[in-house]
Amino acid sequence: MKPVIILKNITKIYQSGELSFRALKNINLTINEGDFTAITGASGSGKSTLMNIIGLLDIPTSGTFLLDNVETSKLNDNQLAKLRNQKIGFIFQSFNLLPRTSAIDNVALPLIYAKIEKYERLEKAKISLDLVGLSDKLKSHPNQLSGGQQQRVAIARALVTNPQILLADEPTGNLDSKSGFEIMQIFKRLNKEGKTIIMITHEPEIAKHAKKIITIKDGDIL
Amino acid sequence: MMTETMSSALRSILANRLRSILTILGIVIGVTSVILLISLVSGLNSFITSQIEGLGSNLIFVIPGRIGGSRSPGGIQANRLILQDATNLQKQLLDQAKVSAVVQRTSTLKYNNKLDRGVAIFGVQGNYPDIISVKLTSGKFFNDSEANSGRKVVVIGPTVASTLFGLTSPIGQSVDIGGLKYKVIGLTKSRGSTFGIDQDNSVLIPLTAAQKQFGLDRLNTIYISANNSEQVRKVQAEATSILKKRLSEDDFSVQTQEQTLSTISQITSVLSLALGGIAAISLIVGGIGIMNIMLVSVTERTKEIGLRKALGARPTDIRNQFLIEAITLSGLGGLIGITLGISLSLIIGLFLTTTITWWSIVLSFGFSTLVGILFGVMPAIRAARLNPIQALRYE
Repeated sequence: MKPVIILKNITKIYQSGELSFRALKNINLTINEGDFTAITGASGSGKSTLMNIIGLLDIPTSGTFLLDNVETSKLNDNQLAKLRNQKIGFIFQSFNLLPRTSAIDNVALPLIYAKIEKYERLEKAKISLDLVGLSDKLKSHPNQLSGGQQQRVAIARALVTNPQILLADEPTGNLDSKSGFEIMQIFKRLNKEGKTIIMITHEPEIAKHAKKIITIKDGDIL
Repeated sequence: MMTETMSSALRSILANRLRSILTILGIVIGVTSVILLISLVSGLNSFITSQIEGLGSNLIFVIPGRIGGSRSPGGIQANRLILQDATNLQKQLLDQAKVSAVVQRTSTLKYNNKLDRGVAIFGVQGNYPDIISVKLTSGKFFNDSEANSGRKVVVIGPTVASTLFGLTSPIGQSVDIGGLKYKVIGLTKSRGSTFGIDQDNSVLIPLTAAQKQFGLDRLNTIYISANNSEQVRKVQAEATSILKKRLSEDDFSVQTQEQTLSTISQITSVLSLALGGIAAISLIVGGIGIMNIMLVSVTERTKEIGLRKALGARPTDIRNQFLIEAITLSGLGGLIGITLGISLSLIIGLFLTTTITWWSIVLSFGFSTLVGILFGVMPAIRAARLNPIQALRYE
């Protein structure tokens, strides 16, 4: 098994004037290729901070983070942006689709930053939307889609650059249980096809779908 | 990437149509007024130029006072130019040029019960048509002997004719000028009216009669026409030295047609700069409007910025996106302004002389785009620097 994520002694301290808050305390975590990991914990437990660090949106105060064998602590903003684009597919609780923009253009968005030509972008976006069963909604705008469909567009967007890792932050938080279940089925299928998935959730029902559950409390892995 | 950013900018501008229109209004007004004002001044310049060129050829003007001197040209107290000066010039330049003196004042004309006020009365010599082009539609001009004998004859302009005589022919009628009867012997062709001054509300009477009736012993202008164009400079120099025998150099100016034209174009380019500069201030105000709305846009789209960063946008990509949006706004304003400016210039051109200049279009469009860049940079940098985590969490 090849490890794609290795966290060694990761500590994150938020400093606000005289006050400092240790959001993560010496976290050690390895995630292998093909894993489907759920990270759970109460709000304020530090799971979002961990998610942000894995997603290269935040940098740890100390410790090392190897993403696909790349040491990330020395990278600048542009290099981090490139890694995010290539290696990580983000899925958010509130979908975060661009309004007034068709499904296919939303899905193709990350490819703009990968500097891929327009024709190829649209081809890849189509394939990606097909993977989530929305090949009949290419031209639909977000306001014409249901919540479940919007989240599937967001999954297609996360898949379009063919990243190693899907990073989902409460992906079912804004959905009814039926749509949430559908999203989990898609995740399971993608995982079976080899995608590494890391999912943050506070719902035990949803976490159950993962192969492995990690619980965080007060900045520590239990 | 560029086209992608452009279309995204256009999409966001179109999404807030009313707001975008209001934002670019300042730029539109600025560009429109720069083009319009400069085309008006250029029109004024070409109108005056054509008027002066239309007077005749190889002309030299002698006017009282010194251009650029302590006493203003044409000033009444300063005027020491008299008929004797014109006579001296004619005698000594006889084989090189023709000389004609002009006096001028304003008076009221009367025919039966009809009045025409504010008519420009020119007292001229019989050789006036030899020097200054005067086109007659009917009748004739007075000759030298008629002029010198002080006969009361008059050549009237078309406005005077229509005001006093309506549709009937004025030739042979007697008209009252300042209390004395003059016989109408000719009618000039229309020269039109521009900038509110009616060129046709004027009459020409013999110099002797004008001097006698109005007590005008000072001349307003002496026209000299050189016999050929090579001699203009030489005649100018000789005329100056002839006049200097009696007058001091502060008493008169001798200018060729070309010098007059260049003086006028100097004045109009200063006028262009001044008016264009004032109009350009509204471009800066427009730029502040753009900056304001771009700051609002950055705040509104904080979440989108966070998302784009998460998906792999570099800070420079975000900066360019907002910068291009600001430039698109100001460029759009510039294009609308150019269209409006040209259309208004053409419409006003139906009544006044306007000349649309390409440099005013290039200048105002360039300046409006520059304003877009200058005032777009700050909001764009602010967007580029947003922290992606906080931006994604922004509601």
